[in-house]
Amino acid sequence: MDFAPTSAPRKAASTKIVIAGGFGVGKTTLVGAVSEIMPLRTEALVTNESEHVDDLAATPSKTTTTVAMDFGRLTLAEDLVLYLFGTPGQRRFWFMWDDLCRGAIGAIVLVDTNRLDESFSPLDYFESKGLPFIVAVNQFDGTREYELDEVASALALPAEVPIIRIDARSRESAKRALVRVTEYALLRLTQSLPVNAT
Amino acid sequence: MVPDDARGPDEPAATARFVRPYTITAGRTKAAVDLPLEATLRLRPHDPSTDEDLAAGALRVLDLCDQRSVAEVSALASMPIGVVRVLLGDLVQQGLVRVQATITESSSKDERIELIERTLRGLRTY
Ligand SMILES: Nc1nc2c(ncn2[C@@H]2O[C@H](COP(=O)(O)OP(=O)(O)O)[C@@H](O)[C@H]2O)c(=O)[nH]1
Ligand SMILES: [Mg+2]
Repeated sequence: MDFAPTSAPRKAASTKIVIAGGFGVGKTTLVGAVSEIMPLRTEALVTNESEHVDDLAATPSKTTTTVAMDFGRLTLAEDLVLYLFGTPGQRRFWFMWDDLCRGAIGAIVLVDTNRLDESFSPLDYFESKGLPFIVAVNQFDGTREYELDEVASALALPAEVPIIRIDARSRESAKRALVRVTEYALLRLTQSLPVNAT
Repeated sequence: MVPDDARGPDEPAATARFVRPYTITAGRTKAAVDLPLEATLRLRPHDPSTDEDLAAGALRVLDLCDQRSVAEVSALASMPIGVVRVLLGDLVQQGLVRVQATITESSSKDERIELIERTLRGLRTY
């Protein structure tokens, strides 16, 4: 397939994968392990009425809060860049997730087995949106190693969702997680597997 | 990147604040074109002498944006995403900047598959 004559040059493009999970689970660590740049930080501004405000000039004193997200960059080819966005998982940040997940290949939900409940909210979100996701158990030193199927059932994961163990500090391990979620996204698309949510 | 207090780095600033950042855009919060966070910007060839007509914020973004994503421009310019989107949207409309491809709602299934396959090939040899 790679030898097929190409009539039109490939379009330069960029894609993204979302890294979600509770605070301290290793999102920034994972992004930093594979990114070619130091993870950058940017802010989204939340107004009280962020949904429907097009013009703040009329109400210049409207208050806002900010939400930070970290991201990294991987240049995969001359004409292809992959961005990784790490973002906090709590439900109160969902307003930002629609923006973050629009056009994403998929998501990695990072899980710390000591705080499984912190991954419920991102799992709910991705299931409801039908975004392909995998679960990556970040194994911290000195913590008990649960069997992956124990974790999967504790999280009530649908059978088709891949679950893997990773070390977010390791470039190879982080890379494997990225390959896995991308393979799964492709499989979902080419086999038209049913989305997790109904 | 050390948090300045007990808050985790992912936590939003606890204090609300006034919408000063949007004074850069004269209060507008809506971008003229769709600009995904990961979309890469490219400068179009143009006469640099026209740059002096641009406001300072627009000029800063114009200087930074070539071969960078919307998110990177936001981080490097230290401007919130929404502000950068408005400024970049204007630059796109003025013909100074163009936006490279991403997966969007209007991408066909074949386009999605092609882009995801390219990503997978790139990741495997990264
Ligand atoms: N032992 C171990 N520590 C980790 C691992 N991943 C992250 N950490 C540490 O956990 C802390 C929180 O990680 P961080 O990436 O900031 O979490 P975030 O809040 O999800 O971005 C940091 O001190 C990391 O060094 C891991 O796989 N193993
Ligand atoms: Mg972090």
